[in-house]
Amino acid sequence: MNSSALTTTLPTDPAIGADGLFSLLPLLLVSALVVVQLLQISFRRDALLCYRLTLFGLSAAFASLFILLDSLPQQATPLLLIDHYALFFMGLILACGILLLPLCHHYWQRHQLPLDEFYLLYGLSILGALVLVCSQHFASFVLGLELLSLPLVAMIGYPFSPRYAPPLEAAIKYLLLSGVASATLLFGVALIYADLGTLSFVPLIQTLSQTGAPLLQDPLLLTGIMLVLAGVGFKLSLVPFHLWTPDVYQGAPTPVTALLATISKAAIAALLLRWYLTSEGYEVPQLVWALTLIAVTSMLVGNLLALLQQNIKRLMAYSSIAHFGYLLVALLALSQSSAPGLTVEAVSYYLVAYLVSTLAVFAVIMQLASESNASDAHPDDNHPNDSHPNESHPDDYHRLDHYRGLFWRRPLLALTLTLALLSLAGIPLTVGFIGKFYLFATAVAEGLWLLLLTLVLASGIGLFYYLRLVLLLTFRVEKEDHISNVSPTQPWHSSSRLTLISLALLTLLLGILPTPLIELIQALATSVG
Amino acid sequence: MLTLLIVLLLAGAVIAWLVQRLSTNAPRQVALATLSIALLLLLPLLFNLNNGVLIAVQGDSWLLLERHPWIPRFGISWLLGMDGMSLLLLLLTLILGLVAIAASWTEINQRQGFFYFNLLACLAGVVGVFTALDLFLFFVFWEVMLIPVYFLIGIWGHENRHYAALKFVIFTQTSSLLMLISIVGLALLHQQQNGSYSFDYFELLGSGSHSPYGFWLMLGFFIAFVVKLPAFPLHTWLADAHTQAPTAGSIILAGVLLKTGAYGLIRFLIPLFPDSLHSFAPVGMTIGVIGIFYGALLAFAQYDLKRLVAYSSISHMGFILLGVYAWNELALQGAVMQMLTHGFSSAALFMLAGAVQQRIHSRDMRQMGGLWSQAPRMAAIALFFAMASLGIPGLGNFIAEFLILIGSFQASVPATVLATLGLVGAAIYALIMIQRVFHGQQQSSHHLVDFDRREQVTMAVMMLALLLLGLYPQPTLDILRPVLDQLQALVQASSTPLVGVIL
Repeated sequence: MNSSALTTTLPTDPAIGADGLFSLLPLLLVSALVVVQLLQISFRRDALLCYRLTLFGLSAAFASLFILLDSLPQQATPLLLIDHYALFFMGLILACGILLLPLCHHYWQRHQLPLDEFYLLYGLSILGALVLVCSQHFASFVLGLELLSLPLVAMIGYPFSPRYAPPLEAAIKYLLLSGVASATLLFGVALIYADLGTLSFVPLIQTLSQTGAPLLQDPLLLTGIMLVLAGVGFKLSLVPFHLWTPDVYQGAPTPVTALLATISKAAIAALLLRWYLTSEGYEVPQLVWALTLIAVTSMLVGNLLALLQQNIKRLMAYSSIAHFGYLLVALLALSQSSAPGLTVEAVSYYLVAYLVSTLAVFAVIMQLASESNASDAHPDDNHPNDSHPNESHPDDYHRLDHYRGLFWRRPLLALTLTLALLSLAGIPLTVGFIGKFYLFATAVAEGLWLLLLTLVLASGIGLFYYLRLVLLLTFRVEKEDHISNVSPTQPWHSSSRLTLISLALLTLLLGILPTPLIELIQALATSVG
Repeated sequence: MLTLLIVLLLAGAVIAWLVQRLSTNAPRQVALATLSIALLLLLPLLFNLNNGVLIAVQGDSWLLLERHPWIPRFGISWLLGMDGMSLLLLLLTLILGLVAIAASWTEINQRQGFFYFNLLACLAGVVGVFTALDLFLFFVFWEVMLIPVYFLIGIWGHENRHYAALKFVIFTQTSSLLMLISIVGLALLHQQQNGSYSFDYFELLGSGSHSPYGFWLMLGFFIAFVVKLPAFPLHTWLADAHTQAPTAGSIILAGVLLKTGAYGLIRFLIPLFPDSLHSFAPVGMTIGVIGIFYGALLAFAQYDLKRLVAYSSISHMGFILLGVYAWNELALQGAVMQMLTHGFSSAALFMLAGAVQQRIHSRDMRQMGGLWSQAPRMAAIALFFAMASLGIPGLGNFIAEFLILIGSFQASVPATVLATLGLVGAAIYALIMIQRVFHGQQQSSHHLVDFDRREQVTMAVMMLALLLLGLYPQPTLDILRPVLDQLQALVQASSTPLVGVIL
């Protein structure tokens, strides 16, 4: 793959063959979905229809992955490389998208607002994520990133109504910071291009040595790399680029927070790994040091600040900061001597674990929020003008207090949440433990003792707030009226319930019998390595 | 068979949770039935063992061994094995499980289903720990037994339960992550030498000594086990956890969970790192002796009845550490005996403390006093176990500590002399407990109900066990001998010829 990346830098073959075009099938299907959605919205506004269309389109794209399986890898234009790695992450993203969709649907259903656009933006965002995971060129990188982020801005502010001030604030925050990050990234890309003369992901040192300058005297390239790192760090909300995360997580509607925490981050992490691997970033000591520093601070800061949170969405924000710090540990285990297979496996498995557990947590949050809001929203809707928007602040339903005694009120929800939290904490028999085990395996293999000790310390801290929340679920509830308030007024949608149960089962199953997934990932890792 | 045992306990746990809907008594009956069946499954083995039928299944001391592939990517298998030591500890676990059910018979009157679920799930984890021979599997069980205890303390505990539960989990979890690093380190070493990962106990035996990081890897295991034991600097979670836990939780913690640390030292730490026996034994023995004194001192200073028993555990566990690092036949036999006898005596004392607390709603010994006249049966039983705890001849604890002291005398005279002096401390705190609680002026007007039939039977079982172990310990020692012989042979074999080769 590395050598082919070098040769395809020249635009010798602008027309892609039939095979190449065919390998873009999932991307084309999602693009077609977006077009159909557009047409549908302009002719007939029907949220349910749009929801079903989206579900169908994403499922079709997911199914198309299996058709592609035998004809890989395919170079589809110099920009995109469809290999097993890309395919796996496409599958992951589409699966997440499909699982998240019913939850979004039920979350939004209580609003009497036009929701069709939400699905359109959703489709666009997923398209961006799909482009990211198969890009091996800075042009497609930036393209995918923007395609992913810009719809997110709109979705964070959704639905545009003066009653929802926090989402708008979050959206503007995200827009500004995301814009700055993109600009930083672009500047970095420009510097790298100026130095190397190519936009493809190429081995940095090797290319540089062809032009003759030693790295240390090449501030241009180093600056470029650091700027790219800053841009990626922002999107992954790594310390010190994390400041937007808690506010945006808290302000955004929960489905969008879930999207932000899962699909967006997974796609960028997958891209980071590919870039780091292809450009042999481990050869650049400055980059390694910067990443180490970022990893250590992310793990510690993320977990320490999570201790102070009283809002579950903010807690998840800090927890995700820490988790991507953990992930960097596996990334840093790449080196000249070691085979990349284990690292690719570790990152992939860890991402799966993170996605499943995080989705499960957000699924529970959404379910609870939509139930609680539903019971409060009705009087609110009757008097839209004289209601106090700050009193029915949606944050009330995300305060940790709201989860007190959930075990005795809603056992299924609480059990799912418990499993997901234990998985995030890395307790055995959950998928999170296997992920963490992978991290340990890669880090021990490379002897990264500093990172390992930080990982242990950070996990210890992390345990504290995850388990505190788990314990909160089991508290006795004193106020009985609290209970009746929360009893589901809305029907407990069968598809949401299905999603929830399947996420809980996945968390458990992948933790007890990880072998099938490991074998799948191993196959893709060999194709990359 | 071993898998069946674990599955049985887990299934029992789930059923106990589910049947809560039928009646509030149903969960505990399910739990009782599950444990009884499990015990009935194991008991025949004990008799077969004595007849010499099962002694040599694998050509060595393993009675049962089963292996299934689990995660072939890392060479992890579902490898369970049982030898005499495991068998004895399993019996202890199941019997104390029954005791725990008896102790919570009337104490737990909320959310019984989830309570018995946690109790059984924890016991399933402990059974796994005592039988797992794949290091990864061992780690999984090691962690799995924690979370139910976390719930037991956190939900049904006393006034400061949340703090205690979190402290307990964070201590044990963080330390066990260090062990995970060490386990992965060993597996990786195996990969570098033989080309494939392995977490198999038999393949990794002695390998820790061949690693340049051997000492650090050993330290990872040591910290994890010593936190669980617990030994001197890492013991602070224990008093809180024991004190705040419900009675059943204290029984399981003191009787069973502490033993997993000692078991880990004997089964894993020394055989995996035979070198450490020479280099690290002085440290281990010193920590043990400090623990003996420090535990006794703190126990003496407590006014809280449960805290007193908790600190006495630290003192008793110090003897085990001493015995393990002496690493000879007598000391090891003593250490395993100590695990069994301390299991019974501390469980009984915690059950007593729990019974007193349930009756007078206090653990403060200053509010007790003069209880003998009100509850003579309870007082007599308490005296019995206090005597056991201070190591009076005729009871199992005496045999255990005596064996440890004889054994460690061969290894280190100063440590042994000091440890023997520590026995005086045990006498002091045990007697002061009896005096404060049962003798003296009656403090308040509360009426103390004496032990009922259920509690008497439970206590009688533990008294019988201690008497049996104290008056006729030979069968137990016979069961242990092949196991300990083999462990010592392993250490001998792997430490002597290779010392010079690698280093």
